[in-house]
Amino acid sequence: MTDEKCKVVSHDDIGAGYRYLVLEAPRMAAELEPGQFVHVRVPALEPSALRRPFSVFDADDGCVTVLYKTVGRGTAALNAVRPGDTISVLGPLGHGFPMKCEVEALLVGGGYGVAPLHFLARRFVAAAGLPRPRLFIGGRTAADLLAVDRFRQLGVEVTVATNDGSAGVKGLVTDPLDDLLADFRRHGTRFELFACGPDPMLHAVALRATGTGSKGWISMDRHMICGVGACYACIQRTVRGNSRCCIEGPVFAAEDLVW
Amino acid sequence: MVNTKVNLGGLEMATPVATASGTFGYGTEYIGAVDYAKLGAVTAKGIRLEPWPGNAMPRHCEVPGGLVNAIGLQGTGVEQFLSITVPWYREESAATAGRSVPLIANIWGGSVDEYAEVARRLGDAVDAIELNVSCPNVKSGGHTFGQDPAVLAQVVRATRDATRLPLIVKLAPNVPSIAPYVAACEDAGADALSLINTIPAMVIDIERRVPVLANRSGGLSGQGIHPVAVKLVHDAHRATRLPILAMGGVFDARDAIEFLLAGATAVAVGTATFSDPGVVAAVHDGIVDYCIRHGFSSVTELTGNLAE
Repeated sequence: MTDEKCKVVSHDDIGAGYRYLVLEAPRMAAELEPGQFVHVRVPALEPSALRRPFSVFDADDGCVTVLYKTVGRGTAALNAVRPGDTISVLGPLGHGFPMKCEVEALLVGGGYGVAPLHFLARRFVAAAGLPRPRLFIGGRTAADLLAVDRFRQLGVEVTVATNDGSAGVKGLVTDPLDDLLADFRRHGTRFELFACGPDPMLHAVALRATGTGSKGWISMDRHMICGVGACYACIQRTVRGNSRCCIEGPVFAAEDLVW
Repeated sequence: MVNTKVNLGGLEMATPVATASGTFGYGTEYIGAVDYAKLGAVTAKGIRLEPWPGNAMPRHCEVPGGLVNAIGLQGTGVEQFLSITVPWYREESAATAGRSVPLIANIWGGSVDEYAEVARRLGDAVDAIELNVSCPNVKSGGHTFGQDPAVLAQVVRATRDATRLPLIVKLAPNVPSIAPYVAACEDAGADALSLINTIPAMVIDIERRVPVLANRSGGLSGQGIHPVAVKLVHDAHRATRLPILAMGGVFDARDAIEFLLAGATAVAVGTATFSDPGVVAAVHDGIVDYCIRHGFSSVTELTGNLAE
């Protein structure tokens, strides 16, 4: 882990409040694993303002890409960052997804929760001996479905669900997932789930892994202070007690989570 | 060449810069981001006899000029601290600093006996003990012991009898006058004081009409509390000959030098590390630069050195 001073390569608004932030971060890019996160100091905020944690969409060729949604004061201030600016980024942080899977890999993402799943999919596709994953992506509307083309370019089969039916299946992302899982059960196909998104979605995915003999890897999001395990603010309840999301997570085994 | 060594009630520090308890984990979490060679001591997160789960979530809220937290002293128990945390800290910190960086154990308890027992079990495994009698975030223990000079004296005396290590007592800011608390600590055998702990604070979510923190209230730290802390350090210094470890909103060298001039022997960086782990090194280097600029050959010359 280092505090790397990173030059902003690009910062593109892709609509509906979502942006890609690309940072020149050679040290971090070489070390990052899918599911880990970076802790960004937002230059426009006052000196005492806390850092903001972001999961990593991609890390490649010396660059780290973050996909984020403007949701509050910190991300709104981050919008002001321009290409050429230098920002302080702490990372790589936390424990990510296991880079090991000998069965079908099913990725389930909601909204900007697809970010770490994209990084995961890239690594899975590039590695020998890992399955080509399938993605189930959900959003409130078609505008909340992010990076679908980027997944398809990787050769990942994408199934879409929206709450309002403006794209793909009308309903929850678990609806089409359940159809596939029923099919898997009929054929005895084994699988693992990898998920990131809003809590209710994650809970639903975790239920589909625990007690079924399948593994689930759930990326949690809790309000953080330090990001390095020092302050004990970002607690996630687990079978081990009060675990720190930033260092014992953000990716937890589904069977360890207490909801 | 400026001599940066200070002595905090028997604790020899190579520099006057420490970390504040609760903001630096058990001392190894920030390796890679903080320059340990600039540190005079590390204060670990509070421990008691048994592991403690802390408060429910949410545990913090960012506010203008700082942070309100109610972590509730989640932490390890003394046995695990001794068997795992301390050896790990010794090895890792020495490797990154190139020398040993003293470790201060911050301890708390639900009774006078518990404080003393934790101190006794620590033996000489750490380099100093900081008594937390002022945490606003736990119902029993912590704060209750720091709000009455007579009770405070009991805790300090019992702990004093249980340890030969330098004994630092961390005081609460929310008292009408700090002097009786300082006197109680001094009379009961404390070697040093540390101040200030966080200031009791509360944030309300007006849309939901509920307190933001699960604990309802918490403690305020950060830039906003710094002038409050300077005043208390100044007042405490006037009331005692005990050395003072000052903390509360140290974000740069100027903040730290204010503390030293107000009467502190050393300073601790806390909340600032969350936003910038480089603050520790910047504070150290800035103090040295200040000494050079003003013709001081030793940092110790700054303590209480106000031009009256």
